[in-house]
Amino acid sequence: MPDLKVLDAGHSGAPGQPGVPGERGLVSRRSLFDGRIMRVAAVDALRKLDPRIQIKNPVMFVVLIGTVITLLEAIAHPSVFSWSVMIWLLLTVLFANFAEAMAEGRGKAQADTLRRTRTQTDARRLRRDGAEERVPAAELSTGDLVVCEAGDVIPSDGEITEGAASVDESAITGESAPVIRESGGDRSAVTGGTRVLSDRIVVRITAEPGQTFLDRMISLVEGAKRQKTPNEIALTILLSALTLIFIPVVVVLQPFGEFAGGQVSVIVLIALIVCLIPTTIGALLSAIGIAGMDRLVQHNVLAMSGRAVEAAGDVQTLLLDKTGTITMGNRMASEFYPVGGFSEGDLAEAAQLASLADETPEGRSIVVLAKQHFGLRERDLAPDHVFVPFSATTRMSGLDTDGRRIRKGAADAIKRWVTEQGGTLPAELDPIVERIARAGATPLVVADEARVLGVIELKDVVKQGIAERFAELRGVGIRTIMVTGDNPLTAAAIAQEAGVDDYLAEATPDAKMRLIKAEQEGGKLVAMTGDGTNDAPALAQADVGVAMNTGTTAAKEAGNMVDLDSNPTKLIEIVEIGKQLLMTRGALTTFSIANDVAKYFAIIPALFVSTYPQLDGLNIMGLHSPQSAVLSAVIFNALVIIALIPLALRGVRFRPSGATAILRRNVLIYGLGGLIVPFIGMKLIDLILTALGAY
Amino acid sequence: MAFVWTIVALVVVLALCWRFLGAYMVAVYEGRVRWLAKVERPIYRVIGADPKAEQTWKRYASSVIVFSAIALLISYGVFRLQEHLPFNPQHMPGVESHTAWNTAVSFVTNTNWQSYAGETTMSYLSQMGALAVQNFLSAAVGMAVAVALIRGFARKGSKTIGNFWVDLVRGTIYVLLPIAFVAAIVFIWQGALQTMSGPAEVHNALNGASQTLPRGPIASQEVIKQLGTNGGGFFNANGAGPFENPTGLTNFLSIVLILCIPVALTYTFGKMVFNLRQGLAILAVMTVLFGGWLAMAGVAEQQGNPALAAAGVTSQPSGNMEGKETRFGTLSSSLYDVTSTQTSTGSVDSAADSYTPIGGMALLTGMMLGEVSPGGVGTGLYSMLLFAVITVFIGGLMVGRTPEYLGKKIQAREVKLAALGVLVMPITVLVLTAIAVSVHAGKIGPLNAGPHGFSEILYAYTSQTNNNGSGFGGLSANTPFYNITGTIGLLLGRFAIIVPVLALAGSLAEKNVVPTSQGTFRTDKPMFVGLLTGVVLIIGALTFFPAVALGPIVEQLSHGMFF
Repeated sequence: MPDLKVLDAGHSGAPGQPGVPGERGLVSRRSLFDGRIMRVAAVDALRKLDPRIQIKNPVMFVVLIGTVITLLEAIAHPSVFSWSVMIWLLLTVLFANFAEAMAEGRGKAQADTLRRTRTQTDARRLRRDGAEERVPAAELSTGDLVVCEAGDVIPSDGEITEGAASVDESAITGESAPVIRESGGDRSAVTGGTRVLSDRIVVRITAEPGQTFLDRMISLVEGAKRQKTPNEIALTILLSALTLIFIPVVVVLQPFGEFAGGQVSVIVLIALIVCLIPTTIGALLSAIGIAGMDRLVQHNVLAMSGRAVEAAGDVQTLLLDKTGTITMGNRMASEFYPVGGFSEGDLAEAAQLASLADETPEGRSIVVLAKQHFGLRERDLAPDHVFVPFSATTRMSGLDTDGRRIRKGAADAIKRWVTEQGGTLPAELDPIVERIARAGATPLVVADEARVLGVIELKDVVKQGIAERFAELRGVGIRTIMVTGDNPLTAAAIAQEAGVDDYLAEATPDAKMRLIKAEQEGGKLVAMTGDGTNDAPALAQADVGVAMNTGTTAAKEAGNMVDLDSNPTKLIEIVEIGKQLLMTRGALTTFSIANDVAKYFAIIPALFVSTYPQLDGLNIMGLHSPQSAVLSAVIFNALVIIALIPLALRGVRFRPSGATAILRRNVLIYGLGGLIVPFIGMKLIDLILTALGAY
Repeated sequence: MAFVWTIVALVVVLALCWRFLGAYMVAVYEGRVRWLAKVERPIYRVIGADPKAEQTWKRYASSVIVFSAIALLISYGVFRLQEHLPFNPQHMPGVESHTAWNTAVSFVTNTNWQSYAGETTMSYLSQMGALAVQNFLSAAVGMAVAVALIRGFARKGSKTIGNFWVDLVRGTIYVLLPIAFVAAIVFIWQGALQTMSGPAEVHNALNGASQTLPRGPIASQEVIKQLGTNGGGFFNANGAGPFENPTGLTNFLSIVLILCIPVALTYTFGKMVFNLRQGLAILAVMTVLFGGWLAMAGVAEQQGNPALAAAGVTSQPSGNMEGKETRFGTLSSSLYDVTSTQTSTGSVDSAADSYTPIGGMALLTGMMLGEVSPGGVGTGLYSMLLFAVITVFIGGLMVGRTPEYLGKKIQAREVKLAALGVLVMPITVLVLTAIAVSVHAGKIGPLNAGPHGFSEILYAYTSQTNNNGSGFGGLSANTPFYNITGTIGLLLGRFAIIVPVLALAGSLAEKNVVPTSQGTFRTDKPMFVGLLTGVVLIIGALTFFPAVALGPIVEQLSHGMFF
């Protein structure tokens, strides 16, 4: 569908469907707990028992070693108890593996789908002499020129050097509406794997085989090259320290027990170590990270590194492009300005006619305005009407009906058309066009044959609910700065209406860069979106740089995220996902540590009650026997991992509110909850074990 | 009622200390106090330090270690050679090597664990020239390290964290010496001894017996032992004896002296990081913990002695008076001993061994929290800040940001250093205790069998590793085994924490400051106070619960009750 938004090609930001981010996921949407994913994950969980994989997770590695020792012990001194502990310790490791495999599952499935779209078709390479030759896509290298015509799949990433075409990018973005790609400017990039629907273009290849956007995308969704992020490393250090401390804490109980004149069971000591070290968060930590990236993918955002997702949570300043983010990228008709003696009604009638078949938001807004102002109802068109679609070269659209030829489009395009038809241009046309443009709006000139009827003013409309959104962001401590090419007056007006904290008017790439650097020197992390080549330095400088998929290759390479929907408003969701990721880690760490208190009350009496019968006073849960107490703790410890997988994958709920409120909520749920839940859980398991007659 | 007034007076006096001593220390460490410049400058010339040169954390840390090593060797030399040195009216022989080593390490690490009886072991030169000097200097070292850490938080983009020699000298001559001087005069006025003449012979005309009363330069040493949270008494009886602690006023004053600097340093901290409320939050955590433990000990001691109750004594109106001075009673004794065990001081005015199991547990676990409530001079603040870093890390994550404390991002390096600093103590205590209960030389140490004997050993290592120095009693600690293993605890508990703290200071100083916003995890709010308290408690509980269960808890449960 042709689209008037090419009219404001100078402005950045061309939204897919603003306001409904995440409605369409990358490729097909799949439930987190899809049966197939779970089956694959179960197999992967076994495969991940490989010690070379386990050693990367110090906490679970200790559990694995404990399992092996318990196994040896169980073989040496077989009993139902020792084998039960061994099995549940093994399950603890498997559950952790399963959590990670589940988190990877959806990405892997998506990567498979993407791989299928990576076609093996031939490319039509242009030789130096201008002749075409057919070569496999895999043999293309940087600098090659290829020809693509309607129906062809673009063989690799590149820049259009010649022509314009509408392209179906659904293989990458999931968005079925085609987009226009043309040589020159910021819309010249094409992605390998997408399909040309109309026209003919010549593309200069910019990616080496195996390093195309699609290839990178596959490896990103799959998490093949996942590295631990800075915060994940810091947390791993803390968890390792906690693991390290609990080993001596428990090991010394052996001599302590002997000093007291008792015997301490090795199996119980291992059970105690496993219960005390932070297995819950240790088991789920990598799943949380993978799931965070995956959540971004579900929002059609590709993060080039986990580091960027984390940084998003820390962002304190958002640079938002006005067009498409704060205002509807599609401008709305707000006023008719007739010229050359025509009445406003004449203009409205013609404008409505020209727009009836125009399904773009701008076109529809013209029909709506005509109806509101002049009561013009939508009419059935004469059967012989011909709709003239917008094209990238003519930059206008219109309708031929009843012998009239009505056109609307960019001022210079219509002026050229009118002149070609032998018409003259009314003197008042240029001042009106200029005035509208100066005020930050877009003038659209309407002509009937050689006569100019007037100008439609397409104005930026601030998105509904955006002011509330910014207020929420302010609540979580994020400052929004609107960036616009508008003059300061217009910018100030829109900034106030949208409720941003600040604005940068008449922004040049240079000014944007300076702004980012100034914020960063003040210790703030900055996020921005961009799509043009001249945005590239700023995208690279920003801590979170989200490049629009519609943007240039330079922009996509400079940023650390790519939004496939090209919807700049999504920056807000990205920040929330980053925060959610960190919150989930914090919440589960707190939960994990708080759990230990209850486990002590189960295991310490069990461990020493034969030496000091009075220690049964610490058995406040009234667990049935020492063996059932130890087993309850181990089983609880394992089951809690499974129980928390959904939370780890979905993330802790993020409600935009101040840090104090968020903290209070999380401390109550995960801190206090973490203290209480295991008391109840272990008691229940103990009751079940007793009822089963196991002990 | 009298006890309530004691507490009220204590709070008022400490509040004044907090405000004014805290502000004064800011000025001292920022170099604005100069009234002793005539003394200060020559010292720098003698030790060859350039007072204007700033040090990186590595230089700062190596200065601390070099200085402590020299102090250690000098003290050791004085103890060993005291019989050949002046000021030895009692003709004390040289101290045995393992005792001298343990004592030298103990005083240089601000611990003042004493496995010997002072009045029968040390000459006046050893007491004044080695022990008392170290009481000043080891305290000044602790304060210097704390200030260096504060600078780490306060500075941005800085490679340096101050100059150890300057901090050491200024802390000593501007803070410790003047206060000690004035307080010593009050102690002398109240009747504490201060003499260089030897012991006095007293003939009791009533029963015809003759007694030798040891004397010495006591008041001067007594005051700095409290002010510097050292705790090493001139006498074995420490603060329970009338020559060290003659009156109720000196008893009260002792408590004030112990608490004033650790408490005031929280003001210094707040002021130097430009947010007094941050200091208040830290103080609040310290107060909550202190109050909780005081209540635990006070209530337990008022209950009376469970063993006596079991033996049929139905009425113990004064509570558990075994091992307590009738002058002080249970509450005041509890206050003194809780103060001393929670400040790494270790001086006592009643016998910890004779506390009820829960009372004793309060003293023991007070130290196990890591000496942070309010902890020793400097050490208390820097140890608490390590806990704060860990709290901020977990809490900060929960608000969805890379955690930051005072605008400094807490990342892998900071977490590593803070975790190291926090975990050295429990690991050392537990491993040393495990060794002691496993080998013959260790097993013969405790006077009592069973859980109480276990508590005695556990207490000894807890006290030494926390650089507290209080003794539970009942343990024959002056043996090569206990002296040498104890030294390991002393050294690790001091330097294995100081080095990570200084490294942390260096790492923080280099960082930029993230401005506060609505999304920042506030560390000057009650929520943080609660979380930090919880983290200190949970880390303490998780690491020591099994050990404590086998000591005091079993003992208490043997009496068939838990309060």
